[in-house]
Amino acid sequence: MDGFIELDRVEKVFDVRRRAGLLRRERHQVRAVDGISFSVPRGEMVGYIGPNGAGKSTTIKMLTGILTPSGGRLRVAGVDPSRDRTRLARRIGVVFGQRTTLWWDLPLRDSYGLVRRMYRIPDARYRANLERCVELLDLGKLLEVPVRQLSLGQRMRGDIAAALLHDPDVLYLDEPTIGLDVISKAKVREFLREVNATQGTTVLLTTHDLTDIEQLCRRVMVIDHGRLVHDGDLEGLHAVGESERTLVIDLERELPPVTGIPGVRVVRTEGPRQWLAFAATRSAAPLVAAVAERYPLVDLSVREPDIEDVIARMYAEPKPYAVPHDERTS
Amino acid sequence: MADALSRAAEGLRAYGLIVAMWVRSTMAYRASFLMMAAGNFAATALDFVAILIMFSHVRTLGGFSLPEVAFLYGTTSTSFGLADLLLGNMDKVGRRVRDGTLDTLLVRPVPVLAQVAADRFALRRLGRISQGVLLLGWSLMRLDIHWTPVRLLLVPLMLVSGAAIFGAVFVAGAAFQFKADDAAEVQNAFTYGGTTLLQYPPTLFATDLVRGVTFVVPIAFVNWVPALRVLGRENPLGLPPWADFASPLVAVVCCALAGLAWRAGLRSYRSTGS
Repeated sequence: MDGFIELDRVEKVFDVRRRAGLLRRERHQVRAVDGISFSVPRGEMVGYIGPNGAGKSTTIKMLTGILTPSGGRLRVAGVDPSRDRTRLARRIGVVFGQRTTLWWDLPLRDSYGLVRRMYRIPDARYRANLERCVELLDLGKLLEVPVRQLSLGQRMRGDIAAALLHDPDVLYLDEPTIGLDVISKAKVREFLREVNATQGTTVLLTTHDLTDIEQLCRRVMVIDHGRLVHDGDLEGLHAVGESERTLVIDLERELPPVTGIPGVRVVRTEGPRQWLAFAATRSAAPLVAAVAERYPLVDLSVREPDIEDVIARMYAEPKPYAVPHDERTS
Repeated sequence: MADALSRAAEGLRAYGLIVAMWVRSTMAYRASFLMMAAGNFAATALDFVAILIMFSHVRTLGGFSLPEVAFLYGTTSTSFGLADLLLGNMDKVGRRVRDGTLDTLLVRPVPVLAQVAADRFALRRLGRISQGVLLLGWSLMRLDIHWTPVRLLLVPLMLVSGAAIFGAVFVAGAAFQFKADDAAEVQNAFTYGGTTLLQYPPTLFATDLVRGVTFVVPIAFVNWVPALRVLGRENPLGLPPWADFASPLVAVVCCALAGLAWRAGLRSYRSTGS
């Protein structure tokens, strides 16, 4: 086994009972995770994204041993999570973005004291880890403050520190930047990068904020309807998503929409300015040349596709393309 | 076996750690705690006030004198109070299942049962115990009992076994909440309802009811069965004499069944989500 986290055709099927009439209930099966395979080597930081209900959380719950898979094989650090949940718990850290594990009415420091005893962290190691977290996450002034008085961003930083005090090999983060302000987000990202680089902690991150992925992960996995629809780098995601770049041109005067250039469609006009969409995998240079040849071009700029649109397009079924495929690639 | 023992020890340790955190949390609001404890004491004391009012009209209740009823009341209140203090918040597990916070307990390296049992530990529940102990003490002073070593031994045995039986009901009730949302209400019928029943002499109730709580849900072993022996009275069901000492055995069986129910409940949660 080469990966540190290893999934082989893992499935999770739920029986859902729905009320159908006064007493009658209909049973049907939902395949929340439908045969997912991937492997994450030690020390990698991976983004795991997908729309709500795609199966992200279910995957994380199987990886942490909370849920038992219905089929397939799953290993984390050589351990079967559902069978050896308690043993694995010592080696993993989990942050559920919207569920704090900190003690509401007690100073932040007390929550860490409980973690220390519960995980039996040796004194020296606990002190070193706490010091590092306090410094990098800027928690110094917060340690004596009751958790209920912390802001959302401060609490999230506190939660992340709590998940790392026992030196886990793997860190699962479920929406770690949700609801945070820009500065808190930046701090969290910087800290995660640092932990991953210096401790070699393997990190699996689910998020709705694609900046998280752009800034942290070289590899991104996309899950939809329980299946892995993309596993690779961000650029690859663009190709799979058939995303489009936009060429914005300023002409000398107001003209009818540009025509006669293959693989291009005008998506918007506003006076002399026109927006031309083309496939993200194509080069812009010949296109610019073709436009300049036929039209009085004054200025231009190229806009990269919005990653959020890319993923939205992957999910959309059928794909919302007005332009026939052959026309775009000719 | 050694593995099970070390897990149990680990569970108790975790229970203690979490309870300590809740006690400290409670003490963050000291005044509120004192009022809650006093309120808890007063609310449970009202039960006994009701009995006192009855005795202002009659001399005996089902053939039992006031100190005898106080003895029944004191024993069941102490047992139930102990179980309620230690495990009473397990009925919140349903809420944790529904809002998903149970998951945060499942990723920790300590038994989930211990974490759920210690969840929201409420020291104010000492109110019920202290009231039960006070009444038990008063009844022991007033009762005219010929104390033999056996009778003397039966009292603490009864209190501990009773607490274990109620504790088993709490655990089993929590286990059913994995399956049914409103299992807490059924469980309350046996715990709070049960303790109210056991405060009164069994002679007041229909034989079928007494039979039910003896053989089906055996809460009669919390105090009725052994207490009748201490008070020197006949068992209304004519149970053999050894049954008077069966409470610890009943408690062990109940705890074992509750443990199995808990395991099954947790397993079903882990295979179905919520």
